[in-house]
Amino acid sequence: MSESTISVTLEVWRQPGTDAAGRFETYQLDGVSTDSSFLEMLDMLNQKLLTEGKEPVAFEHDCREGICGSCGFVINGNPHGPDRGTTVCQLHMRRFKSGAKLTLEPWRAKAFPVLRDLMVDRSAFDKIMAAGGYNSVNVGNAPDANSIPIGQDAASEAFDAAACIGCGACVAACKNASANLFTSAKIGHLAMLPQGQPERYTRTVAMLDMAEDLGFGACSWTQECEAACPKEISVKWISRAQRDYVKGRVVKGI
Amino acid sequence: MIETSTTPLDGKCPTGPIETRWARHKEHLQLVGPTNRRKYNVIVVGTGLAGASAAATLGEQGYRVTAITYHDSPRRAHSVAAQGGINAAKNYQNDGDSVHRLFYDTVKGGDYRARESNVHRLAEVSANIIDQATAQGVPFAREYGGTLENRTFGGVLVSRTFYARGQTGQQLLYGAYQSLMRQVDKKSVNLLTMKDVLDIIVVDGHARGVVVRDLKTGKLDAITADAVLLCTGGYSNAFYLSTNAMKCNVTATWRAHKRGAFFANPCYTQIHPTCIPEHGESQSKLTLMSESLRNDGRVWVPRKGKDTRAPGAIPAAERYYYLEERYPTFGNMVPRDVASRNAKYVCDDGLGVGQTGRAVFLDFKDAIERLGKEEIARRYGNLFDMYEKIAGENPYQTPMKIYPAPHYTMGGLWVDYDLMSNLPGLFVLGEANFSDHGANRLGASALMQGLADGYFVIPYTLAPYLAKYGNKGGVAADHAEVRGALEGVAQKTEKLMSIKGERTVESFHKELGNVMLDKCGMSRTEAGLNEAIAKIRALRSEFWENVRILPDKDATLNVELEKAHRVADFLEFSELMCVDARERNESCGGHFREEYQTDDGEAKRDDENYAYAAAWEFNGVGADPTLHKEPLTFEFVKLTQRSYK
Ligand SMILES: Cc1cc2nc3c(=O)[nH]c(=O)nc-3n(C[C@H](O)[C@H](O)[C@H](O)COP(=O)(O)OP(=O)(O)OC[C@H]3O[C@@H](n4cnc5c(N)ncnc54)[C@H](O)[C@@H]3O)c2cc1C
Ligand code: FES
Repeated sequence: MSESTISVTLEVWRQPGTDAAGRFETYQLDGVSTDSSFLEMLDMLNQKLLTEGKEPVAFEHDCREGICGSCGFVINGNPHGPDRGTTVCQLHMRRFKSGAKLTLEPWRAKAFPVLRDLMVDRSAFDKIMAAGGYNSVNVGNAPDANSIPIGQDAASEAFDAAACIGCGACVAACKNASANLFTSAKIGHLAMLPQGQPERYTRTVAMLDMAEDLGFGACSWTQECEAACPKEISVKWISRAQRDYVKGRVVKGI
Repeated sequence: MIETSTTPLDGKCPTGPIETRWARHKEHLQLVGPTNRRKYNVIVVGTGLAGASAAATLGEQGYRVTAITYHDSPRRAHSVAAQGGINAAKNYQNDGDSVHRLFYDTVKGGDYRARESNVHRLAEVSANIIDQATAQGVPFAREYGGTLENRTFGGVLVSRTFYARGQTGQQLLYGAYQSLMRQVDKKSVNLLTMKDVLDIIVVDGHARGVVVRDLKTGKLDAITADAVLLCTGGYSNAFYLSTNAMKCNVTATWRAHKRGAFFANPCYTQIHPTCIPEHGESQSKLTLMSESLRNDGRVWVPRKGKDTRAPGAIPAAERYYYLEERYPTFGNMVPRDVASRNAKYVCDDGLGVGQTGRAVFLDFKDAIERLGKEEIARRYGNLFDMYEKIAGENPYQTPMKIYPAPHYTMGGLWVDYDLMSNLPGLFVLGEANFSDHGANRLGASALMQGLADGYFVIPYTLAPYLAKYGNKGGVAADHAEVRGALEGVAQKTEKLMSIKGERTVESFHKELGNVMLDKCGMSRTEAGLNEAIAKIRALRSEFWENVRILPDKDATLNVELEKAHRVADFLEFSELMCVDARERNESCGGHFREEYQTDDGEAKRDDENYAYAAAWEFNGVGADPTLHKEPLTFEFVKLTQRSYK
């Protein structure tokens, strides 16, 4: 942690509301500590704007440690910025050179309307989850947790898929705005575990159909989603979910 | 002069043998029949572990539930950030754990300021939580043979903590969230996201609804019901910098307090020993490094101050492993309050490291030598990565630097054994209540409590209230109390918007946080607390004259206005924290009063005069609150001076 400061030029998408027109505004920011996070740099910008009597930039965030999935916007064309496996809240200014020009825009997808500036409405993800992203088990029904052994490898692989934070970067990275990585990760997580088997195929079909109904595009396998995912979730989950989808539809007649 | 009520507050705990209290209590609780349940509306505010589990379970039972959160999705609740694990008395490791031991550890860890009955119930249902979560598909860590794995957390001598890598809270929350979304799909739960609850509606002395502000449009609405559950989390952000998420706040519970609900033990706050130290002025929050790291990391500082050698170049004899030396039995695994205070002491003595001198080392060198880098990566990989991203140093090669930070709040709205506040119809669950952790919470016990409250307690204890007082369908939208509450929030919002001052909301919050950390943080004195109260009052008046909110319209998404409502409440609430801390003339758990310590600097309790929960009644902003005491009796755990030597 050795502090120094840099200057950056920001081109930020400003849009006062969903139906309003948006445009880029340019801001110059000096004296940014390289130890501060990207969002702390935006805090600094907002404090400056407020002091000047200007409206601050709205961006979504909460935990600021890469786990809640609230944050996310596009920096110079990259969802969550230049680093792999990193949410924008975990990105630090030491990553940039003084004089850097940074263009910030919201996720662009039909199913994610812009709310204000860099904030979008991602409630479509909740709808996909409600369509089947669970094991139907009421409280009171559960057997002893050790009654079904699960191998360390299977548990660990299930975890890899379950790590998805629902930020929406996969959708933003995809030229078709497909939600397949998000949806398949949840399908894959539950399909890896014995507890998820009874509803495996109905779940897969219901969730993928719902994503389509909500206006997310189809997958054309460019794998941009995996590259943008801050949790580095593999596209293998997409192929697995597709297999289960076909099996569910064709073999099981769902 | 603080007025004290002469009538003791009654927690309505069952009596008799502790092992059967909950079972006997449940047997006598009135039920609501399955066909009648859909006639009752229940509001659940908050979708963290407590709220999501409660809303899902009540939905499964057939009640009509409205779940409200200010997040854009229930999955973002701050529970998602919990790293280390969740306790349960399963004794899968065959190391002598039992319900009684978990009960005993929690009462002792809480420094004998929690209710025995509640804690025992918590220990009893803990095992069911693990079963439920596993059935939901929570991918807990497993042994090679496929059984569940456990680790140890601070303050205990058994391995009872279940975990899912360093993301236990995330996985448990997703389990509860998935169950919740299943009920949303079945239409038994109506989910309202991006709605801020800004007041509680009270009709004829009963909580009957809430006022919400739509965060997208600014529109105010009243939602009425037969009962209201607050599951709104803790108030660590009174300190501004804390490990809590940026939006965590005290608004819902504080506004309920202003409507008559007692606030209990607000001064019991937990400062977590292992956080990444502050980097400078632009710091917006602090990041926790799970305490599970203390299982394998060793805490030390150089014996001599201002030692500028690289940590690796300092020979063992010149390192001060202060926890291991001072507490040979528990060593690096002492409870949080003890670990935090000791870090403060060594830094106060000038032995701290890093740029600011307010940090100590957490060193994994020995563990890496013993277990190999791979095993350490398996256990803590994501924490190490997170550290490197934030601090810019690789903890496999150089020790982490850590320092304590505000983390958890044991205080909260007062509730009885059934989790109902003194305001009938208002139930409080999870971190928002005060019930189970006394003056200090043990690691991995908050997740346990939130889920115990939501899955296993409220589904039983809500029914008797509804059967007796529910009015099946709620209150008319044009009821005077509903209109009054709406009006009140509208006026407050208008007032905030009309100030048009010079200072940002953030700058007030930061200043308040500095006062609180300095005077009401890891150690407190009467004089310091009085000073803090004066400063808070001055800051509060300035806020109401000089805050600036932009955009200057409320009928839109307006982040500054959201924050202004929250900071306005912190500015009132933090005064109560200081009053509570000043009135408690003893040290216990996370509450350390410098005037009350043993010769070797340990917390000195005063059981004769302070073995009670302090529940405060609101008498107006700036007016002295009235103290109600709930006496705490210890029949099953002997009161002793806590010792981790
Ligand atoms: C970094 C970190 C790590 C932790 N690690 C552990 C651990 O390893 N083990 C452990 O046991 N505990 C841990 N804890 C503590 C534990 O995570 C919390 O105490 C617990 O998750 C709180 O759950 P909750 O449901 O009570 O509240 P939260 O999860 O905070 O949820 C609060 C909910 O209320 C909503 N809300 C609040 N106010 C309003 C309002 N006015 N209007 C509308 N909605 C509102 C929010 O949107 C949210 O949905 C950790 C805490 C932190 C900060
Ligand atoms: S703010 Fe939570 S993931 Fe970035």
